[in-house]
Amino acid sequence: MKKFIYILLLILPVSVFASSGGMDLDDADVDMSDYSSIERGAKYYVTYCLGCHSTKHMRYKRIALDLELDEAKVLEAIAPYGANIYDPMLTAMNKHDSTKWFGTNPPDLSLIARSRGADWLYSYLKGFYKDSDSPLGANNAIFKDVGMPNVLWQLQGEQSPVIKNENGQEVITKLISTKPGTMSAKEFDKLVNDLVNFLVYVGEPVQLERQKMGKYVLLFIFLFTAIAYLLKREYWRDIH
Amino acid sequence: MKHKITECTDWFLDRFPLTKLWNDHMAHYYAPKNFNIWYFFGSLALFVLVMQLVTGILLTMNYKPDADLAFDSVEYIMRDVNWGWLVRYMHSTGASAFFIIVYLHMFRGIVYGSFKQPRELIWIFGMLIFVALMAEAFMGYLLPWGQMSYWGAQVIISLFSAIPVIGDDLSLWVRGDYVVSDATLNRFFAFHVIAVPLVLIILVFLHIVALHEVGSNNPDGIDIKASKDPYGVPVDGIPFHPYYTVKDIVGIGVFMFFFAVVVFYMPELGGYFLEDANFIPADPLKTPEHIAPVWYFTPFYAILRAVPDKFAGVIAMGGAIVVLFLLPWLDRSPVKSIRYRGGIYKKAVLLFVISFIGLGYLGTQPATPTATMFARVLTAVYFGFFLLMPLYTRWEKFKEIPNRLTEQPSLEDRLPGWIAAADEMVPKTPVTDEQGQTVEKRRPNTAAIGKVLVRNAKKLKESLD
Repeated sequence: MKKFIYILLLILPVSVFASSGGMDLDDADVDMSDYSSIERGAKYYVTYCLGCHSTKHMRYKRIALDLELDEAKVLEAIAPYGANIYDPMLTAMNKHDSTKWFGTNPPDLSLIARSRGADWLYSYLKGFYKDSDSPLGANNAIFKDVGMPNVLWQLQGEQSPVIKNENGQEVITKLISTKPGTMSAKEFDKLVNDLVNFLVYVGEPVQLERQKMGKYVLLFIFLFTAIAYLLKREYWRDIH
Repeated sequence: MKHKITECTDWFLDRFPLTKLWNDHMAHYYAPKNFNIWYFFGSLALFVLVMQLVTGILLTMNYKPDADLAFDSVEYIMRDVNWGWLVRYMHSTGASAFFIIVYLHMFRGIVYGSFKQPRELIWIFGMLIFVALMAEAFMGYLLPWGQMSYWGAQVIISLFSAIPVIGDDLSLWVRGDYVVSDATLNRFFAFHVIAVPLVLIILVFLHIVALHEVGSNNPDGIDIKASKDPYGVPVDGIPFHPYYTVKDIVGIGVFMFFFAVVVFYMPELGGYFLEDANFIPADPLKTPEHIAPVWYFTPFYAILRAVPDKFAGVIAMGGAIVVLFLLPWLDRSPVKSIRYRGGIYKKAVLLFVISFIGLGYLGTQPATPTATMFARVLTAVYFGFFLLMPLYTRWEKFKEIPNRLTEQPSLEDRLPGWIAAADEMVPKTPVTDEQGQTVEKRRPNTAAIGKVLVRNAKKLKESLD
């Protein structure tokens, strides 16, 4: 049931974007009940993403609360050195520098999973390929000419695209690995999936609580309606 | 002590007609006894209005109407305010629920002729509520200050500039700036939070006063006041309280169940209740790829796009709402309820429903040439339903109308029939299980499903004659 709702929640918005690219999106395995995956994702996020991207709507404290982790452990294992438990997840990079280096300001990722969808993020993070014409040395099959370098290249290795000519337009059909990274393809997929899981959680931290609460609310409303119905039937007995 | 309380209430009642009001509008207000499921939507609309007011007040306590702060303040409500997420989702889902309910309430009026003499004024007040509700929803949608809020408002306000001569100045006056900006956000906040809700409440009051003056219509479209008992009470009428108050509470319970499913499990409803582009903060320099209004405006948006000329499109979109106002004078049939009307009206209503839902769907889609062609056909059907009504309702042959209310099978009565049909379609058939034993299991029967479908199709065809 949980999974079905997630599919409904996540696949539908993504389908709008799916038509714009040449490559089909891979399916991310989003599971909000897998706390350890979200926790690993948080760690990877701080390691690989927080250098440039803030998640200003999220505090370290909230991660500890929602994932039932010890605050000291969150500070030690997840948060960057020197962070306070009440701090929001802000990047240390300033806007002035980022505009000089990348030509743009890396967006805040608090809501990226809600605007882009999990599958898009999953495919995007796996979609970097080597492109010596690009100023950052890498391009992306899902987001063409994106101003972001391939930050996971050490882990993933290098990829090159298979290009097909479709109606006079060059379309990337798939990416093939040309140089192995420090992780196997399977390990890397799992890492990206953890990251996506974390971003989906960050998009709406309350979803962990909301779904658990929902069944009690529905049960109450059901009982209320049943009693109201019996009351109605009692009153209406003499109406013919 | 008891004596003192009586004295106090007497003092109050001598100065305020509470008993009279209660009796006139609740305990001695006689409503027809045969209201069916369609008659829940009036009380539900009132319920949702109250819910929107309460959640709206709670939201304003933490929302900041400022272009720099608005988007973040909504996320603050969603994350840091206790129960803020619930209040916000109730408000956003409530907006869509309000339109679902109001559309069904209006449809009820159309099929049972509730807009006809002597209830024209109720219909006019109702239509004014609908227009006020659209204004309320449109201005409320700008407040989260997301990309779709911003660009949706930009598109709709720029429609004013299509008006010749004064257009550009008018849209500038509405926006308060050359583009949608902080000034626009602030005035929309003022309208959304104070001005339009006040108008809505006054109109709802007038709608109910007008209704209670002439009395409720009913699925048979017969005037219950035509047959009264010696005490002057309509024989087919029952006091609104307690009969319809207890019944409407059941309706509210059923509604709340579906409402809670959306709020707790699918608050975005696949991007229809909360559009995914609205999770990106408004950016005046970046136009989204595809701008679509929220689903409840899409039928009118599709009509706007179907017309090639911008000004003519605006006229058509406005006209689609104006024709609804004229409905009481377009319909020339002396019969109110669809139960006793001719086949021509039934078919016209069916075509109208198809055109409205079709236009609603097309409004969410990009305007490709094929989609535009379909939208044009459906726009013609939509206007045809209203503008040809004086002709086709004059010719229609209606059935004989009974003097007293008829008794229709209730939901409870129909249930056995549905169970029997399900039983016929998925009968118990002997199957051999893994242990080699023969057990009875339900298996779908293709021939029986076909038979049931044909039977129901025939029934539907008959009901349209």
